Amino acid sequence: MKSNHTSLENRVIFDVVKPGAAVLDLGCGDGELLALLEREKRCKVQGIEIDEQAVYKCVARGISVLHGDIDTGLPEYRDKSFDYVILNQSFQQLKQPDTVLKEALRVGKDVIVSFPNFAHYSARAQIFFKGKTPITPSLPYEWYNTPNLHFLSISDFTGYCRRRNIKIEQSAFVSGGKRIGIFPNLLALIGIFVITANGG
Amino acid sequence: MVATVKNGSVGVVEAQSCTFAYPPDELVLENGEKLGPITMAYETYGKLNADKSNAILIVHALSGDAHVAGLSKADGSVGWWDEMVGPGKAFDTNKYFVISSNVIGGCKGSTGPSSTNPKTGKPYGIDFPVITIRDMVDAQRHLIDHLGIKRLLTVSGGSMGGMQVVQWMVSYPERIKSAIPIATALRHSPQQIAFNEVGRQAIMADPNWQGGNYYGGAPPANGLSVARMVGHITYMSDISMAEKFGRRFKNERQVFKFTPNFEVEGYLQYRGNNFVKRFDANSYLYITKAIDYFDVTEGINIGEIFKGVDARVLVIAFKSDWLYPAYQSQEIVRACKLAGIEVTYCEIDSTYGHDAFLLEITEETHLIRYFLEKVHHGELTEDYEI
Repeated sequence: MKSNHTSLENRVIFDVVKPGAAVLDLGCGDGELLALLEREKRCKVQGIEIDEQAVYKCVARGISVLHGDIDTGLPEYRDKSFDYVILNQSFQQLKQPDTVLKEALRVGKDVIVSFPNFAHYSARAQIFFKGKTPITPSLPYEWYNTPNLHFLSISDFTGYCRRRNIKIEQSAFVSGGKRIGIFPNLLALIGIFVITANGG
Repeated sequence: MVATVKNGSVGVVEAQSCTFAYPPDELVLENGEKLGPITMAYETYGKLNADKSNAILIVHALSGDAHVAGLSKADGSVGWWDEMVGPGKAFDTNKYFVISSNVIGGCKGSTGPSSTNPKTGKPYGIDFPVITIRDMVDAQRHLIDHLGIKRLLTVSGGSMGGMQVVQWMVSYPERIKSAIPIATALRHSPQQIAFNEVGRQAIMADPNWQGGNYYGGAPPANGLSVARMVGHITYMSDISMAEKFGRRFKNERQVFKFTPNFEVEGYLQYRGNNFVKRFDANSYLYITKAIDYFDVTEGINIGEIFKGVDARVLVIAFKSDWLYPAYQSQEIVRACKLAGIEVTYCEIDSTYGHDAFLLEITEETHLIRYFLEKVHHGELTEDYEI
């Protein structure tokens, strides 16, 4: 379900999470990040994953995982029942990202979102010069087989947060295994944000 | 007659029993009546470790018994979940001490309507008190006390077994370290009650039932057989029936004869007739009623059901199970989430219907083996293999 370019962003997210925190990973895949957080940082972790085979892998890693749809999986959690809610490359695959993010901000003190940047310069060039749906290392799919339902840029997301009164606590931008410091909307393949509900 | 012991089998096992609740210390039932003395038939497999931390209780479904694994010393029969319990299996008897008992109200060695009523010297019949899932679990708790176990590593079972698992979480949260309810529910639905009622009416409509006083005479075999046939329909799925029988005929097609000529008819009759040989009709009445009364959500907010439970939970459902649909398992998950319990849920993609919990061994083994390892050691010590 996830692209293959998750190792640096997993590391970035791993560094953000405080030891001993309660973590909910929405779309946790095979549980690699959660297993790392549990083992190295003694976090209390819970995953939600829709793919049955990925659920078996999580269980084999000792991770508590719920087999199901993130779009409907959150209402039962009480307010602020997790220190972090993670949407790691699953945000752009949700049917209702707006609703889910609102719920994530309710049940998590902090929400960590990572997604592929649709405005990376190579994507822009492919659209501009070739007139084709772009394929980049963070958007590796053809138009007919992509699991992504929404295509957003880093600027889209920061603008969205402003409008929704969501506070961006931290951000990190990565490309080809390296951190990007300048012009992230142009140069970053993946954006990672730590956000909180303003005043919440 | 004892068959050859298969590799990975617990081998030949002997039935055991313990008796408790002697008057005046009878077991007080949920409905306020008293029952005692109570005998519980049980079996154990594997070895209890020194600190008694590796004990697992397996609880059975409607027609099950204490013989969960291995070969019965008495009749050579194979246990009902033999593929799941044994050396190297999901409930690995090289690591764990597995206990399985027959429910009260049953007819497989534990006190039930066919047992002798100490007050009359005759079988209880329908003088046996109405029992509930909670009463079954209370009796099991006595057995666990008798075995000197303070806290079970896990309690697991499917269908009615799953209800007992849920009841353990509600009644004795401090006595379990984890729970594995499979293909079950927090409460019995109207549709589920309806199917059970058809079975009960079939039994009670049989002239041999005699108001429950048939012991010593001919049992209500036809009624019980029909009840079992209805049951078997609900345990399968549209797809599994189509795959197993199709529209095939047993023999030459005989038009306008009401003998069973479709294979599915023959199967149901065979199952029904076999069941009569091994099950007591009154027990069927009592146990189905206990299942129907089951509702841990009664008079309580779903978020409060598992309050105070400090156990990990593994909930398993099956896609084609229409008798205990996945939404009911998801309701258990929801109650766990609200109680802040670490819970794992998997909906196994199976076509076997409700029977899947007895048949999807590979997937169940994977889930249960790693889950138990984690509960037992706090982390996975074995190599990660997928």
